Amino acid sequence: MGRIAATWRGPGPPETRHFMDHRTGNALKRLHLTALLTIPALLSACNAVVLSPSGDVAARQRDVLVASTLLMLLIIIPVICLVVFFAWKYRASNKDATYAPDWSHSTKLEVVIWAAPLLIIICLGGLTWVGTHLLDPYRKLDRISRDVVVTDDHEPLEVQVVSLDWKWLFFYPQYGIATVNELAAPVDRPIEFKLTSSSVMNAFYIPTLAGMIYTMPGMETALHGVINEKGVYDGFSSNYSGAGFSGMRFKFHGMDEAGFEEWIADAQAQDATLDRDTYRDLAQPSENVAPMHFAGVEDGLYHDIMNMCVEPGQMCMDDMMMKDMHTKSGGMDMAHGQHADHGAMGHDGHDHGGQDHKDHGAMGMDVSRNGGEDEMQSDTPEAEKTATEADRRMLHGHGLGGGFMPLFQPDPIQPADTQPNPANK
Amino acid sequence: MTSPMQDPNTSFLFGRLTFGALPFHEPILVATFAVVALGGIATVAALTYFRLWGYLWSQWFTTVDHKKIGIMYMILGVVMLLRGFADAIMMRLQQAMAFGGSEGYLPAHHYDQVFTAHGVIMIFFVAMPMVTGLMNYVVPLQIGARDVSFPFLNNFSFWMTVGGAVIVMLSLFIGEFAMTGWLAMPPLSGAEASPGVGVDYYIWGLQIAGVGTTLSGINLLVTIIKMRAPGMTMMKMPIFTWTSLCTNVLIVASFPVLTAVLVLMTLDRYVGTHFFTNDMGGNPMMYVNLIWIWGHPEVYILILPAFGIFSEVTSAFSGKRLFGYTSMVYATVCITILSYLVWLHHFFTMGSGASVNSFFGITTMIISIPTGAKLFNWLFTMYRGRVRFELPMMWTIAFMITFTVGGMTGVLLAVPPADFVLHNSLFLIAHFHNVIIGGVLFGLFAGMNYWFPKAFGFKLDEFWGKISFWFWVAGYWFAFTPLYVLGLMGVTRRMRVFDDPSLQIWFVIAAFGAALIAVGIAAFLIQIAVSIRDRKKNRDVTGDPWQGRTLEWATSSPPADYNFAFTPVVYDIDAWHDMKANGYERPLSGYEAIHMPKNTGAGVIIAGLSVACGFALIWYIWWLAIVSFIGILVVSIGHTFNTKRDFYIPVQTVVDTEARRSKLIESGA
Repeated sequence: MGRIAATWRGPGPPETRHFMDHRTGNALKRLHLTALLTIPALLSACNAVVLSPSGDVAARQRDVLVASTLLMLLIIIPVICLVVFFAWKYRASNKDATYAPDWSHSTKLEVVIWAAPLLIIICLGGLTWVGTHLLDPYRKLDRISRDVVVTDDHEPLEVQVVSLDWKWLFFYPQYGIATVNELAAPVDRPIEFKLTSSSVMNAFYIPTLAGMIYTMPGMETALHGVINEKGVYDGFSSNYSGAGFSGMRFKFHGMDEAGFEEWIADAQAQDATLDRDTYRDLAQPSENVAPMHFAGVEDGLYHDIMNMCVEPGQMCMDDMMMKDMHTKSGGMDMAHGQHADHGAMGHDGHDHGGQDHKDHGAMGMDVSRNGGEDEMQSDTPEAEKTATEADRRMLHGHGLGGGFMPLFQPDPIQPADTQPNPANK
Repeated sequence: MTSPMQDPNTSFLFGRLTFGALPFHEPILVATFAVVALGGIATVAALTYFRLWGYLWSQWFTTVDHKKIGIMYMILGVVMLLRGFADAIMMRLQQAMAFGGSEGYLPAHHYDQVFTAHGVIMIFFVAMPMVTGLMNYVVPLQIGARDVSFPFLNNFSFWMTVGGAVIVMLSLFIGEFAMTGWLAMPPLSGAEASPGVGVDYYIWGLQIAGVGTTLSGINLLVTIIKMRAPGMTMMKMPIFTWTSLCTNVLIVASFPVLTAVLVLMTLDRYVGTHFFTNDMGGNPMMYVNLIWIWGHPEVYILILPAFGIFSEVTSAFSGKRLFGYTSMVYATVCITILSYLVWLHHFFTMGSGASVNSFFGITTMIISIPTGAKLFNWLFTMYRGRVRFELPMMWTIAFMITFTVGGMTGVLLAVPPADFVLHNSLFLIAHFHNVIIGGVLFGLFAGMNYWFPKAFGFKLDEFWGKISFWFWVAGYWFAFTPLYVLGLMGVTRRMRVFDDPSLQIWFVIAAFGAALIAVGIAAFLIQIAVSIRDRKKNRDVTGDPWQGRTLEWATSSPPADYNFAFTPVVYDIDAWHDMKANGYERPLSGYEAIHMPKNTGAGVIIAGLSVACGFALIWYIWWLAIVSFIGILVVSIGHTFNTKRDFYIPVQTVVDTEARRSKLIESGA
């Protein structure tokens, strides 16, 4: 109620939103009794961001949530009422009620009590199947809002996210800047997040934008979202990651196009740049870190963070995997760190061009691709794509190649205008 | 990494244990230690003064009687409940205070241990022992057996569970506990991010207790399969026995996974392997998968026996046969199988892809079908019954209402798009407390109130029982409804401080709820004390105080060591009800000597050595680890040479015991 009203009241400088302002607080007190009876009213009154988000993806997730709840209430409410009613009606002191001590079976009733939940679950299962695929965080957005479909004119904003102990680092590869604990995006522009972590797991979550996704070291996850209303929103880690976890929060600014340009320009005007040394300092554990902006970023930094080779002398995981692919022994020598022998593959010199790294960034050990082959394909030069099936299987251990457990084959990221490939279902 | 074996900072004699490990700098812990130490000294002094050590040793610690072991499990559970609940109160206080720049009263180092310990203790050392305790006590009686299949193993299992609890409790005063959350997920629990002893306490505490749980699972499984009274076919077993059977199948099939995954983590931490590390080919997601492959069946391990208790109670207090016995059995078996097919719903948000997520989401929902069928069965058991609102039935009704809501939010969380916005939030916390408190705990209270007169020969006090009941139920709703709301407001779990002052009111309400629960727990303890004081008044002379329907009510309260003077013969599902209805008369002659297992101290000793070994491994005191491990082997092998394991209860003793019972029954008539 409060927040939506505030937004409706029109433009103005974005301000930090609290979940419940003073006004709604009073309203809540007055409404308390009735609100208890109407839970949705109560929740919107206390401004439950999950139920009234400002991003289209989160709004659709909310719709699934509400629809599922209503569907289940169809059976939950009658059951609770029946419990109370039967307990009262058949209380021992009520001698008028029928007493049938040996009645213990009724085929008709049995059919009903199994079929009723079954029907609900069939509906819910359908909703789940469709909703899960439509709102898969890996899937590119198909729409900006209820009425606006994504077209080629919508160039997505790319953001690379790294969770550090205990702050967030955001790279904007299209703008060459990086920020810490502050994120901004123009309204109605699709955002593509690629996420990884430096040391432990976290989960990246801006409740108003789109659901959460884990960030994991040495792996990459993805998230797609769009923000539809200007404002300043909360983002944080939603997976406990150690002592500084509570302070691992940032503000997410939904801005108009001009405001966003200004924000970028401001960051680009900063003196600080993010090179490897700065990153190493930044990666040291620290708590409640104030926002920082970096005008430039050393080439390939995100790639190297994700592939765990920021320190000089470390071999990047994607190179290690590529090397493994060519090693019949499954790369045992690599696992023991004798990568000096394969120095040519290493990233010691950090001499790769930026574009090259960007391409690399798309794979590495992508979580959704732990089925195996895709990660290799995308990272492999053209010639190697023709490697035989048998060769690729060698990489993953006996029996772990291609057709093993097709269920766990991931969905490829689809272009916005196509449906997920049915072959992967 | 360097393996701990070469760590230069450890001494030979004490490993890495130093004076610095004692928490003198933490006033809360010092005060707690003072209280615990004083209480401990007082207890030891009292036991010595009243010369009870010999009695405790010979009658309880070394006992192989499933009834006594069951009671000891319950005592362990209640003691650990106090510890786990103390943690809960501390968390609720911290979260109610830490607003507007306040850091609360717990630093991260302490708070993070508290929520980890709360989860570990409540699941492993409260819910598990109590569930195991009730199964241990009730199952042999329900199937008309004299004891479990492997009585010594039963004693050993219990003491290993105690050993695990001791290890976890030691961490309170020596060193620290894990600061990782209750499942100790790597990389956070790995050697790099958690170099201290906390995770090692976690590992060895669970490993030692896990041995006990697994063995007790095997034991009860074999007992139910092999030791049923003549005539009791599978489809004539009481429902509680059925749910126990399924629970023990789950234990036997899932605890080895936990053991294995902890072994792998131990190797990562102790010898520098790379199963779950970030680099060198390790993958922490593997741990997440494995731990939940154990972890999800684990929640059904807890809830299935509770379902069994509710079935027994509903039927007994409605004065009516259980509606749909067959469908109840099939529902239980369905749940048992399905519980292995849902583990991934605990981490939809790790990005497994839409098809995988939908699969596990839908299998999870499917579990709600048999669960729903069960609920309807209880409902129609009340239908056309004569429902007596005694304490066990009150807990059951509260369960039916509370659990239904928890089931709904559980299915909601199984819908991946909803989970993407609610995962790891306080909504999730509210959900699983809703099913664990509203399901398991209410079930345990129903069970304790129901079977207490069987175990001790007198009923529990009703007045204090009702106080406890109302405070628990109201406390639950006050404590966890705000968490549902907070979850929908996007508040995540395990937070120590908050910025947004508008959230505070909800945490204050939740803390108030926790205070109500504290009253509920206190009332429960008073209930037991008052009942002991008034035991004459509440005496059960018949052995069947609730008009029970299953075999445990056929014998005296408390049952004789041998449970049944004559093995009962079963013709119907509700065997005792059937016997009563068909004019059963208790045989008064023809007794024979009864073959029984003998007490042994081997269980306590091996468990004690295991604690020493675990402690030594935690602190890298290698000599002690080696010595105690050799000790374990020696005692175990030595025990196999002990051939004096059985004895006969002489006929005269049986005659006297049964005569006393006849007198008792007459006195009540």
